[in-house]
Amino acid sequence: MIRFENITKIYPPNTVALKDVSFEVKEKEFICLVGKSGAGKTTLLKILLAREEPTKGKVFFEGQNVHEIKPNELPELRKRIGSVFQDYKLLSSKTTYENVAYIMEVLGRSDEEISRDVPKVLEIVGLTERANHFPAQLSAGEHQRAAIARALIHRPDVILADEPTGNLDPYNTSDIIRLLLKINELGTTIILSTHNKEIINSLGKRVISLEEGRVIRDEPKGRFIL
Amino acid sequence: MLTSIKRIIRLGWASFSRDGGAITTTVFILVLTISLVTCIFFLKGISQILISNLEEKVDISVYFKEDTTEQEILSVKQELCQVSDEENIEYISKEQALEIFVERHKEDLVLMASLEEIAINPFLASLNIRASDPVKYEEIADFLEGAVFEASVEKIDYNQRRPVIERIFSLTDSFKKIGIGISVLLVLLSFLVVLNTTRLAIYNLKQEVEVQKLVGASNWFIRGPFLVQGVIAGTIAALISFVIFGLGCLVFSSNINALFSDLNIWQYFTNNVLTIILIQLVTGIGLGVSSSIIAIRKYLKV
Repeated sequence: MIRFENITKIYPPNTVALKDVSFEVKEKEFICLVGKSGAGKTTLLKILLAREEPTKGKVFFEGQNVHEIKPNELPELRKRIGSVFQDYKLLSSKTTYENVAYIMEVLGRSDEEISRDVPKVLEIVGLTERANHFPAQLSAGEHQRAAIARALIHRPDVILADEPTGNLDPYNTSDIIRLLLKINELGTTIILSTHNKEIINSLGKRVISLEEGRVIRDEPKGRFIL
Repeated sequence: MLTSIKRIIRLGWASFSRDGGAITTTVFILVLTISLVTCIFFLKGISQILISNLEEKVDISVYFKEDTTEQEILSVKQELCQVSDEENIEYISKEQALEIFVERHKEDLVLMASLEEIAINPFLASLNIRASDPVKYEEIADFLEGAVFEASVEKIDYNQRRPVIERIFSLTDSFKKIGIGISVLLVLLSFLVVLNTTRLAIYNLKQEVEVQKLVGASNWFIRGPFLVQGVIAGTIAALISFVIFGLGCLVFSSNINALFSDLNIWQYFTNNVLTIILIQLVTGIGLGVSSSIIAIRKYLKV
Protein backbone atom coordinates (compact mmCIF):
# COMPACT_ATOMS: atom_id res chain seq x y z
CA MET A 1 0.00 0.00 0.00
CA ILE A 2 2.74 2.47 1.00
CA ARG A 3 6.37 2.14 -0.01
CA PHE A 4 9.27 4.34 1.08
CA GLU A 5 12.22 3.90 -1.28
CA ASN A 6 15.63 5.20 -0.18
CA ILE A 7 14.26 8.36 1.35
CA THR A 8 16.85 10.93 2.30
CA LYS A 9 15.95 14.33 3.65
CA ILE A 10 18.59 16.97 4.26
CA TYR A 11 17.56 20.37 5.66
CA PRO A 12 19.85 23.21 4.64
CA PRO A 13 22.66 23.67 5.23
CA ASN A 14 23.44 20.02 6.05
CA THR A 15 21.13 18.62 8.74
CA VAL A 16 20.35 15.04 7.82
CA ALA A 17 16.81 14.22 8.98
CA LEU A 18 16.45 10.93 7.08
CA LYS A 19 19.04 8.76 5.43
CA ASP A 20 18.21 6.00 2.95
CA VAL A 21 14.95 4.98 4.61
CA SER A 22 13.16 2.11 2.87
CA PHE A 23 10.23 0.03 4.04
CA GLU A 24 6.78 -1.03 2.97
CA VAL A 25 3.41 -0.80 4.74
CA LYS A 26 0.75 -3.33 3.85
CA GLU A 27 -2.96 -2.71 3.85
CA LYS A 28 -4.66 -2.96 7.29
CA GLU A 29 -1.25 -3.15 8.97
CA PHE A 30 -0.51 -1.51 12.34
CA ILE A 31 3.00 -0.08 12.33
CA CYS A 32 4.89 1.60 15.14
CA LEU A 33 7.60 4.08 14.24
CA VAL A 34 9.88 4.53 17.21
CA GLY A 35 12.85 6.69 17.86
CA LYS A 36 14.13 9.53 20.01
CA SER A 37 12.97 13.10 19.36
CA GLY A 38 14.65 14.26 16.16
CA ALA A 39 15.05 10.71 14.82
CA GLY A 40 13.04 11.66 11.72
CA LYS A 41 9.59 10.17 12.51
CA THR A 42 7.59 13.35 11.88
CA THR A 43 9.60 14.18 8.75
CA LEU A 44 8.79 10.75 7.36
CA LEU A 45 5.05 11.27 7.93
CA LYS A 46 5.20 14.76 6.38
CA ILE A 47 6.91 13.30 3.32
CA LEU A 48 4.11 10.74 2.98
CA LEU A 49 1.54 13.55 3.11
CA ALA A 50 3.56 15.46 0.46
CA ARG A 51 3.97 18.34 2.90
CA GLU A 52 7.73 17.92 2.52
CA GLU A 53 9.78 16.92 -0.52
CA PRO A 54 12.48 14.28 0.01
CA THR A 55 15.99 15.30 -1.01
CA LYS A 56 16.37 11.86 -2.55
CA GLY A 57 14.17 8.79 -2.95
CA LYS A 58 10.50 8.14 -3.63
CA VAL A 59 7.31 7.43 -1.69
CA PHE A 60 4.55 5.42 -3.33
CA PHE A 61 0.94 5.35 -2.20
CA GLU A 62 -0.85 2.52 -3.98
CA GLY A 63 1.76 2.57 -6.73
CA GLN A 64 1.68 6.32 -7.27
CA ASN A 65 4.72 8.46 -6.47
CA VAL A 66 3.19 11.04 -4.12
CA HIS A 67 5.71 13.70 -5.11
CA GLU A 68 4.75 13.45 -8.75
CA ILE A 69 1.09 14.20 -7.99
CA LYS A 70 0.03 17.59 -9.37
CA PRO A 71 -0.76 20.20 -6.68
CA ASN A 72 -4.44 20.29 -7.64
CA GLU A 73 -4.66 16.49 -7.25
CA LEU A 74 -2.94 16.39 -3.85
CA PRO A 75 -6.23 16.89 -1.94
CA GLU A 76 -7.34 13.49 -3.28
CA LEU A 77 -4.31 11.81 -1.69
CA ARG A 78 -4.82 13.66 1.58
CA LYS A 79 -8.48 12.66 1.72
CA ARG A 80 -7.30 9.05 1.94
CA ILE A 81 -4.94 9.74 4.84
CA GLY A 82 -6.19 10.86 8.25
CA SER A 83 -3.79 12.60 10.62
CA VAL A 84 -3.68 12.76 14.42
CA PHE A 85 -1.14 15.01 16.14
CA GLN A 86 0.32 15.43 19.57
CA ASP A 87 -1.01 19.03 19.70
CA TYR A 88 -4.49 17.88 18.49
CA LYS A 89 -4.94 20.86 16.10
CA LEU A 90 -8.57 21.27 17.13
CA LEU A 91 -10.17 24.63 16.25
CA SER A 92 -10.81 26.42 19.52
CA SER A 93 -13.82 28.38 18.22
CA LYS A 94 -15.73 25.22 17.32
CA THR A 95 -17.38 22.59 19.51
CA THR A 96 -16.33 18.94 19.33
CA TYR A 97 -19.23 18.24 17.00
CA GLU A 98 -18.37 21.24 14.80
CA ASN A 99 -14.68 20.33 14.69
CA VAL A 100 -15.56 16.93 13.29
CA ALA A 101 -18.38 18.23 11.06
CA TYR A 102 -16.04 20.93 9.72
CA ILE A 103 -13.90 18.30 8.00
CA MET A 104 -16.94 16.90 6.20
CA GLU A 105 -17.98 20.43 5.23
CA VAL A 106 -14.51 21.11 3.86
CA LEU A 107 -14.70 17.93 1.82
CA GLY A 108 -18.05 18.93 0.35
CA ARG A 109 -20.21 16.32 2.06
CA SER A 110 -23.93 17.05 2.26
CA ASP A 111 -25.62 18.28 5.43
CA GLU A 112 -27.52 14.97 5.66
CA GLU A 113 -24.29 12.96 5.58
CA ILE A 114 -22.82 15.22 8.25
CA SER A 115 -25.73 14.84 10.64
CA ARG A 116 -25.73 11.08 10.06
CA ASP A 117 -21.96 10.37 10.34
CA VAL A 118 -20.68 12.80 13.00
CA PRO A 119 -22.71 11.33 15.91
CA LYS A 120 -21.61 7.83 14.88
CA VAL A 121 -17.92 8.74 14.94
CA LEU A 122 -18.30 10.61 18.23
CA GLU A 123 -19.87 7.44 19.64
CA ILE A 124 -16.92 5.33 18.43
CA VAL A 125 -14.46 7.60 20.25
CA GLY A 126 -16.73 7.93 23.28
CA LEU A 127 -17.43 11.65 23.02
CA THR A 128 -21.19 11.69 22.49
CA GLU A 129 -21.66 13.43 25.84
CA ARG A 130 -19.04 16.06 24.92
CA ALA A 131 -20.38 16.88 21.48
CA ASN A 132 -21.31 20.43 22.41
CA HIS A 133 -18.21 21.22 24.43
CA PHE A 134 -15.49 23.51 23.15
CA PRO A 135 -11.86 22.25 23.16
CA ALA A 136 -11.10 24.41 26.21
CA GLN A 137 -13.74 22.41 28.13
CA LEU A 138 -12.22 19.02 27.24
CA SER A 139 -9.53 17.03 29.07
CA ALA A 140 -6.29 16.11 27.29
CA GLY A 141 -7.57 12.59 26.59
CA GLU A 142 -10.84 13.95 25.23
CA HIS A 143 -8.91 16.35 23.02
CA GLN A 144 -7.05 13.48 21.47
CA ARG A 145 -10.21 11.41 21.04
CA ALA A 146 -11.81 14.37 19.29
CA ALA A 147 -8.74 14.59 17.04
CA ILE A 148 -9.08 10.89 16.24
CA ALA A 149 -12.79 11.35 15.51
CA ARG A 150 -11.83 14.11 13.11
CA ALA A 151 -9.24 11.91 11.41
CA LEU A 152 -11.77 9.08 11.13
CA ILE A 153 -14.72 11.05 9.81
CA HIS A 154 -13.74 10.98 6.16
CA ARG A 155 -13.10 7.22 6.34
CA PRO A 156 -9.43 7.33 5.36
CA ASP A 157 -7.50 4.25 4.27
CA VAL A 158 -4.59 5.16 6.55
CA ILE A 159 -4.31 7.03 9.84
CA LEU A 160 -1.02 8.70 10.69
CA ALA A 161 -0.81 9.20 14.46
CA ASP A 162 2.17 11.38 15.29
CA GLU A 163 2.92 11.14 19.02
CA PRO A 164 -0.82 11.00 19.83
CA THR A 165 -0.17 10.15 23.47
CA GLY A 166 2.66 12.62 24.02
CA ASN A 167 0.57 14.85 26.28
CA LEU A 168 -1.50 12.17 27.99
CA ASP A 169 -1.41 10.39 31.33
CA PRO A 170 -1.05 6.57 31.35
CA TYR A 171 -4.81 6.01 31.70
CA ASN A 172 -5.68 8.19 28.70
CA THR A 173 -2.71 6.80 26.78
CA SER A 174 -4.01 3.24 26.94
CA ASP A 175 -7.47 4.54 26.10
CA ILE A 176 -6.21 6.14 22.88
CA ILE A 177 -4.13 3.10 21.92
CA ARG A 178 -7.17 0.84 22.44
CA LEU A 179 -9.11 3.18 20.17
CA LEU A 180 -6.44 3.02 17.46
CA LEU A 181 -6.40 -0.79 17.69
CA LYS A 182 -10.17 -0.85 17.34
CA ILE A 183 -9.97 1.38 14.24
CA ASN A 184 -7.26 -0.92 12.83
CA GLU A 185 -9.47 -3.97 13.43
CA LEU A 186 -12.19 -2.22 11.42
CA GLY A 187 -9.78 -2.19 8.44
CA THR A 188 -7.84 1.09 8.58
CA THR A 189 -4.05 1.02 8.26
CA ILE A 190 -2.36 2.73 11.22
CA ILE A 191 1.09 4.28 11.34
CA LEU A 192 1.79 5.22 14.92
CA SER A 193 4.81 7.30 15.71
CA THR A 194 5.81 7.31 19.37
CA HIS A 195 8.66 7.10 21.84
CA ASN A 196 6.51 5.54 24.57
CA LYS A 197 8.23 2.30 25.58
CA GLU A 198 5.25 0.79 27.45
CA ILE A 199 2.92 1.20 24.50
CA ILE A 200 5.28 -0.46 22.05
CA ASN A 201 6.08 -3.36 24.33
CA SER A 202 2.42 -4.03 25.12
CA LEU A 203 1.19 -3.87 21.50
CA GLY A 204 3.16 -6.69 19.94
CA LYS A 205 2.89 -5.10 16.49
CA ARG A 206 5.46 -4.38 13.79
CA VAL A 207 8.06 -1.87 15.04
CA ILE A 208 10.37 0.21 12.83
CA SER A 209 13.10 1.85 14.89
CA LEU A 210 14.75 5.03 13.63
CA GLU A 211 17.99 6.48 14.86
CA GLU A 212 19.57 9.64 13.48
CA GLY A 213 17.43 9.34 10.38
CA ARG A 214 18.22 5.70 9.60
CA VAL A 215 16.13 2.55 10.02
CA ILE A 216 18.11 0.48 12.50
CA ARG A 217 15.51 -2.23 13.11
CA ASP A 218 12.32 -3.48 11.47
CA GLU A 219 10.69 -6.34 13.38
CA PRO A 220 7.25 -7.92 12.83
CA LYS A 221 6.52 -8.18 16.55
CA GLY A 222 8.98 -5.71 17.87
CA ARG A 223 9.91 -4.24 21.20
CA PHE A 224 11.22 -0.86 22.18
CA ILE A 225 15.01 -1.15 21.98
CA LEU A 226 17.03 2.01 21.40
CA MET B 1 -20.92 22.22 -5.77
CA LEU B 2 -23.65 24.56 -4.56
CA THR B 3 -23.11 23.33 -1.00
CA SER B 4 -19.39 24.07 -1.29
CA ILE B 5 -20.05 27.58 -2.66
CA LYS B 6 -22.47 28.22 0.20
CA ARG B 7 -19.84 27.04 2.70
CA ILE B 8 -17.07 29.14 1.10
CA ILE B 9 -19.31 32.22 1.37
CA ARG B 10 -20.17 31.38 4.98
CA LEU B 11 -16.49 30.92 5.88
CA GLY B 12 -15.64 34.19 4.07
CA TRP B 13 -18.29 36.03 6.05
CA ALA B 14 -17.08 34.45 9.29
CA SER B 15 -13.51 35.55 8.56
CA PHE B 16 -14.76 39.02 7.57
CA SER B 17 -16.77 39.55 10.74
CA ARG B 18 -13.97 38.20 12.94
CA ASP B 19 -11.34 40.77 11.84
CA GLY B 20 -13.16 43.82 13.30
CA GLY B 21 -10.47 46.52 13.41
CA ALA B 22 -8.65 45.61 10.22
CA ILE B 23 -11.92 45.29 8.33
CA THR B 24 -13.13 48.71 9.52
CA THR B 25 -9.92 50.28 8.19
CA THR B 26 -10.26 48.40 4.92
CA VAL B 27 -13.88 49.45 4.40
CA PHE B 28 -13.04 53.05 5.36
CA ILE B 29 -10.20 53.36 2.87
CA LEU B 30 -12.32 51.68 0.20
CA VAL B 31 -15.16 54.14 0.89
CA LEU B 32 -12.69 57.03 0.43
CA THR B 33 -11.44 55.64 -2.88
CA ILE B 34 -14.90 54.81 -4.21
CA SER B 35 -16.15 58.28 -3.17
CA LEU B 36 -13.34 60.00 -5.01
CA VAL B 37 -13.96 57.97 -8.17
CA THR B 38 -17.68 58.83 -7.88
CA CYS B 39 -16.74 62.51 -7.40
CA ILE B 40 -14.87 62.43 -10.70
CA PHE B 41 -17.99 61.02 -12.37
CA PHE B 42 -20.11 63.75 -10.74
CA LEU B 43 -17.64 66.46 -11.72
CA LYS B 44 -17.72 65.35 -15.34
CA GLY B 45 -21.52 65.27 -15.44
CA ILE B 46 -22.05 68.50 -13.53
CA SER B 47 -19.55 70.46 -15.61
CA GLN B 48 -21.27 69.20 -18.75
CA ILE B 49 -24.63 70.41 -17.41
CA LEU B 50 -23.19 73.81 -16.44
CA ILE B 51 -21.44 74.30 -19.75
CA SER B 52 -24.38 73.24 -21.88
CA ASN B 53 -26.67 75.52 -19.87
CA LEU B 54 -24.25 78.39 -20.32
CA GLU B 55 -23.95 77.66 -23.99
CA GLU B 56 -27.72 77.72 -24.26
CA LYS B 57 -27.67 81.11 -22.62
CA VAL B 58 -25.10 82.50 -24.99
CA ASP B 59 -26.58 84.95 -27.40
CA ILE B 60 -25.28 87.86 -29.36
CA SER B 61 -26.69 91.29 -28.92
CA VAL B 62 -25.79 93.84 -31.57
CA TYR B 63 -26.40 97.39 -30.42
CA PHE B 64 -26.90 99.96 -33.13
CA LYS B 65 -25.80 103.55 -33.10
CA GLU B 66 -28.30 106.24 -32.09
CA ASP B 67 -28.79 107.44 -35.64
CA THR B 68 -29.47 104.04 -37.20
CA THR B 69 -33.03 103.77 -38.45
CA GLU B 70 -35.33 100.87 -37.78
CA GLN B 71 -35.36 100.20 -41.51
CA GLU B 72 -31.59 99.78 -41.57
CA ILE B 73 -31.64 97.49 -38.57
CA LEU B 74 -34.30 95.28 -40.10
CA SER B 75 -32.28 94.99 -43.26
CA VAL B 76 -29.27 93.84 -41.18
CA LYS B 77 -31.60 91.28 -39.62
CA GLN B 78 -32.59 90.16 -43.10
CA GLU B 79 -28.96 89.77 -44.14
CA LEU B 80 -28.13 87.88 -40.97
CA CYS B 81 -30.97 85.47 -41.58
CA GLN B 82 -29.56 84.72 -45.00
CA VAL B 83 -25.93 84.46 -43.91
CA SER B 84 -26.34 82.33 -40.82
CA ASP B 85 -29.55 80.44 -41.51
CA GLU B 86 -30.71 81.56 -38.09
CA GLU B 87 -34.32 82.49 -37.65
CA ASN B 88 -34.19 83.24 -33.96
CA ILE B 89 -33.23 86.90 -34.34
CA GLU B 90 -35.22 89.36 -32.33
CA TYR B 91 -35.37 93.09 -32.94
CA ILE B 92 -35.54 95.15 -29.75
CA SER B 93 -36.27 98.82 -30.32
CA LYS B 94 -35.03 101.62 -28.06
CA GLU B 95 -38.51 101.82 -26.49
CA GLN B 96 -38.72 98.09 -25.87
CA ALA B 97 -35.25 98.13 -24.32
CA LEU B 98 -36.41 100.87 -21.94
CA GLU B 99 -39.57 98.95 -21.08
CA ILE B 100 -37.58 95.76 -20.36
CA PHE B 101 -35.17 97.72 -18.15
CA VAL B 102 -37.99 99.42 -16.23
CA GLU B 103 -39.82 96.16 -15.78
CA ARG B 104 -36.70 94.45 -14.48
CA HIS B 105 -35.62 97.22 -12.10
CA LYS B 106 -38.89 98.81 -11.04
CA GLU B 107 -38.20 97.92 -7.43
CA ASP B 108 -34.91 99.81 -7.48
CA LEU B 109 -36.07 103.35 -6.72
CA VAL B 110 -32.62 104.93 -7.00
CA LEU B 111 -32.16 103.50 -10.47
CA MET B 112 -35.64 104.60 -11.52
CA ALA B 113 -35.01 108.11 -10.14
CA SER B 114 -31.74 108.43 -12.05
CA LEU B 115 -33.50 107.29 -15.21
CA GLU B 116 -36.10 110.03 -14.75
CA GLU B 117 -33.35 112.53 -14.01
CA ILE B 118 -31.62 112.06 -17.38
CA ALA B 119 -35.00 112.49 -19.06
CA ILE B 120 -34.00 110.74 -22.26
CA ASN B 121 -34.06 107.10 -23.31
CA PRO B 122 -30.40 106.03 -22.93
CA PHE B 123 -30.91 102.59 -24.48
CA LEU B 124 -29.92 101.59 -27.98
CA ALA B 125 -31.91 99.52 -30.42
CA SER B 126 -30.50 96.02 -30.80
CA LEU B 127 -30.78 92.66 -32.47
CA ASN B 128 -30.67 89.62 -30.24
CA ILE B 129 -29.42 86.52 -32.00
CA ARG B 130 -29.70 83.05 -30.46
CA ALA B 131 -27.95 80.43 -32.56
CA SER B 132 -29.14 76.81 -32.74
CA ASP B 133 -25.53 75.68 -32.54
CA PRO B 134 -23.09 77.50 -30.20
CA VAL B 135 -20.29 77.03 -32.75
CA LYS B 136 -22.05 79.50 -35.03
CA TYR B 137 -21.58 82.44 -32.65
CA GLU B 138 -18.03 83.03 -33.73
CA GLU B 139 -19.09 83.09 -37.37
CA ILE B 140 -21.97 85.51 -36.66
CA ALA B 141 -19.73 87.78 -34.58
CA ASP B 142 -17.15 87.88 -37.38
CA PHE B 143 -19.85 88.75 -39.89
CA LEU B 144 -21.17 91.63 -37.77
CA GLU B 145 -17.71 92.96 -37.01
CA GLY B 146 -17.09 93.27 -40.77
CA ALA B 147 -16.58 96.62 -42.43
CA VAL B 148 -20.08 96.71 -43.94
CA PHE B 149 -21.70 97.31 -40.57
CA GLU B 150 -19.00 99.45 -39.03
CA ALA B 151 -20.99 102.64 -39.54
CA SER B 152 -24.17 101.45 -37.89
CA VAL B 153 -23.03 99.00 -35.16
CA GLU B 154 -22.22 100.54 -31.77
CA LYS B 155 -21.08 97.33 -30.06
CA ILE B 156 -21.42 93.58 -30.16
CA ASP B 157 -22.00 91.86 -26.85
CA TYR B 158 -20.67 88.34 -27.29
CA ASN B 159 -17.16 87.93 -26.06
CA GLN B 160 -18.11 88.82 -22.53
CA ARG B 161 -19.47 85.31 -21.93
CA ARG B 162 -16.69 83.44 -23.61
CA PRO B 163 -14.22 83.72 -20.69
CA VAL B 164 -16.82 82.21 -18.32
CA ILE B 165 -17.13 79.11 -20.47
CA GLU B 166 -13.38 78.84 -20.85
CA ARG B 167 -12.96 79.26 -17.12
CA ILE B 168 -15.40 76.41 -16.39
CA PHE B 169 -13.57 74.22 -18.89
CA SER B 170 -10.21 74.96 -17.34
CA LEU B 171 -11.49 74.57 -13.76
CA THR B 172 -13.17 71.23 -14.39
CA ASP B 173 -10.12 70.07 -16.29
CA SER B 174 -7.87 70.95 -13.34
CA PHE B 175 -10.26 69.33 -10.85
CA LYS B 176 -10.36 66.23 -13.01
CA LYS B 177 -6.56 66.04 -13.18
CA ILE B 178 -6.19 66.54 -9.42
CA GLY B 179 -9.02 64.04 -8.78
CA ILE B 180 -7.42 61.41 -11.01
CA GLY B 181 -4.06 61.99 -9.30
CA ILE B 182 -5.51 61.55 -5.80
CA SER B 183 -7.58 58.58 -7.01
CA VAL B 184 -4.47 56.80 -8.24
CA LEU B 185 -2.84 57.35 -4.84
CA LEU B 186 -5.96 56.17 -3.00
CA VAL B 187 -6.30 53.14 -5.24
CA LEU B 188 -2.72 52.19 -4.38
CA LEU B 189 -3.37 52.80 -0.70
CA SER B 190 -6.59 50.75 -0.70
CA PHE B 191 -4.79 48.01 -2.54
CA LEU B 192 -2.12 47.84 0.17
CA VAL B 193 -4.67 48.00 2.99
CA VAL B 194 -6.84 45.20 1.54
CA LEU B 195 -3.70 43.17 0.85
CA ASN B 196 -2.63 43.56 4.45
CA THR B 197 -6.10 42.72 5.81
CA THR B 198 -6.20 39.53 3.75
CA ARG B 199 -2.70 38.70 4.95
CA LEU B 200 -3.86 39.21 8.53
CA ALA B 201 -6.92 37.02 7.91
CA ILE B 202 -4.70 34.30 6.45
CA TYR B 203 -2.51 34.54 9.53
CA ASN B 204 -5.53 34.43 11.88
CA LEU B 205 -6.91 31.38 10.12
CA LYS B 206 -3.54 29.66 9.89
CA GLN B 207 -4.72 26.70 11.95
CA GLU B 208 -7.95 26.27 10.00
CA VAL B 209 -6.05 26.47 6.73
CA GLU B 210 -3.58 23.87 7.98
CA VAL B 211 -6.42 21.53 8.98
CA GLN B 212 -8.11 22.10 5.61
CA LYS B 213 -4.91 21.22 3.79
CA LEU B 214 -4.35 18.12 5.90
CA VAL B 215 -7.76 16.64 5.24
CA GLY B 216 -7.56 17.33 1.52
CA ALA B 217 -9.75 20.39 1.02
CA SER B 218 -9.60 21.57 -2.58
CA ASN B 219 -7.34 24.54 -3.24
CA TRP B 220 -10.32 26.71 -4.07
CA PHE B 221 -12.09 25.77 -0.89
CA ILE B 222 -9.04 27.02 1.02
CA ARG B 223 -8.60 30.20 -1.05
CA GLY B 224 -12.28 30.96 -1.64
CA PRO B 225 -13.17 32.47 1.77
CA PHE B 226 -10.39 35.08 1.50
CA LEU B 227 -11.64 36.07 -1.92
CA VAL B 228 -15.19 36.27 -0.56
CA GLN B 229 -13.86 38.51 2.19
CA GLY B 230 -12.52 40.92 -0.46
CA VAL B 231 -15.87 40.88 -2.27
CA ILE B 232 -17.77 41.57 0.97
CA ALA B 233 -15.45 44.46 1.93
CA GLY B 234 -15.80 45.96 -1.57
CA THR B 235 -19.59 45.56 -1.64
CA ILE B 236 -20.10 47.05 1.83
CA ALA B 237 -17.79 49.98 0.99
CA ALA B 238 -19.71 50.54 -2.27
CA LEU B 239 -23.06 50.50 -0.45
CA ILE B 240 -21.80 52.93 2.21
CA SER B 241 -20.50 55.27 -0.51
CA PHE B 242 -23.83 54.99 -2.33
CA VAL B 243 -25.75 55.97 0.81
CA ILE B 244 -23.32 58.84 1.51
CA PHE B 245 -23.72 60.20 -2.02
CA GLY B 246 -27.49 59.68 -2.05
CA LEU B 247 -27.95 61.50 1.25
CA GLY B 248 -25.41 64.17 0.30
CA CYS B 249 -27.21 64.89 -2.97
CA LEU B 250 -30.60 64.98 -1.24
CA VAL B 251 -29.48 67.24 1.60
CA PHE B 252 -27.30 69.66 -0.36
CA SER B 253 -29.36 69.75 -3.55
CA SER B 254 -31.32 72.87 -2.56
CA ASN B 255 -28.18 74.70 -1.36
CA ILE B 256 -26.33 73.96 -4.59
CA ASN B 257 -29.44 74.86 -6.54
CA ALA B 258 -29.40 78.28 -4.87
CA LEU B 259 -25.83 78.82 -6.11
CA PHE B 260 -26.29 77.38 -9.59
CA SER B 261 -29.90 77.66 -10.57
CA ASP B 262 -29.53 75.20 -13.46
CA LEU B 263 -28.01 72.48 -11.33
CA ASN B 264 -30.13 69.93 -9.52
CA ILE B 265 -27.71 67.33 -8.17
CA TRP B 266 -30.45 65.17 -6.63
CA GLN B 267 -32.01 64.92 -10.08
CA TYR B 268 -28.57 64.17 -11.55
CA PHE B 269 -28.14 61.43 -8.91
CA THR B 270 -31.54 59.85 -9.57
CA ASN B 271 -31.10 60.05 -13.36
CA ASN B 272 -27.73 58.28 -13.13
CA VAL B 273 -28.41 56.02 -10.16
CA LEU B 274 -27.60 52.79 -12.03
CA THR B 275 -24.33 54.12 -13.47
CA ILE B 276 -23.31 55.43 -10.04
CA ILE B 277 -23.97 52.16 -8.20
CA LEU B 278 -22.21 50.28 -11.00
CA ILE B 279 -19.13 52.52 -10.80
CA GLN B 280 -19.06 52.13 -7.01
CA LEU B 281 -19.52 48.35 -7.05
CA VAL B 282 -16.95 47.83 -9.80
CA THR B 283 -14.41 50.01 -7.98
CA GLY B 284 -15.06 48.42 -4.57
CA ILE B 285 -15.29 44.79 -5.60
CA GLY B 286 -12.53 45.20 -8.19
CA LEU B 287 -10.11 46.55 -5.60
CA GLY B 288 -11.21 44.03 -2.95
CA VAL B 289 -10.87 41.02 -5.21
CA SER B 290 -7.66 41.99 -7.03
CA SER B 291 -5.72 42.72 -3.85
CA SER B 292 -7.12 39.58 -2.17
CA ILE B 293 -5.95 37.50 -5.13
CA ILE B 294 -2.43 38.92 -4.83
CA ALA B 295 -2.40 38.34 -1.05
CA ILE B 296 -3.63 34.75 -1.51
CA ARG B 297 -0.98 34.06 -4.14
CA LYS B 298 1.74 35.60 -2.00
CA TYR B 299 0.84 34.45 1.50
CA LEU B 300 -1.38 31.36 1.21
CA LYS B 301 0.54 28.30 0.17
CA VAL B 302 -1.85 25.46 -0.61
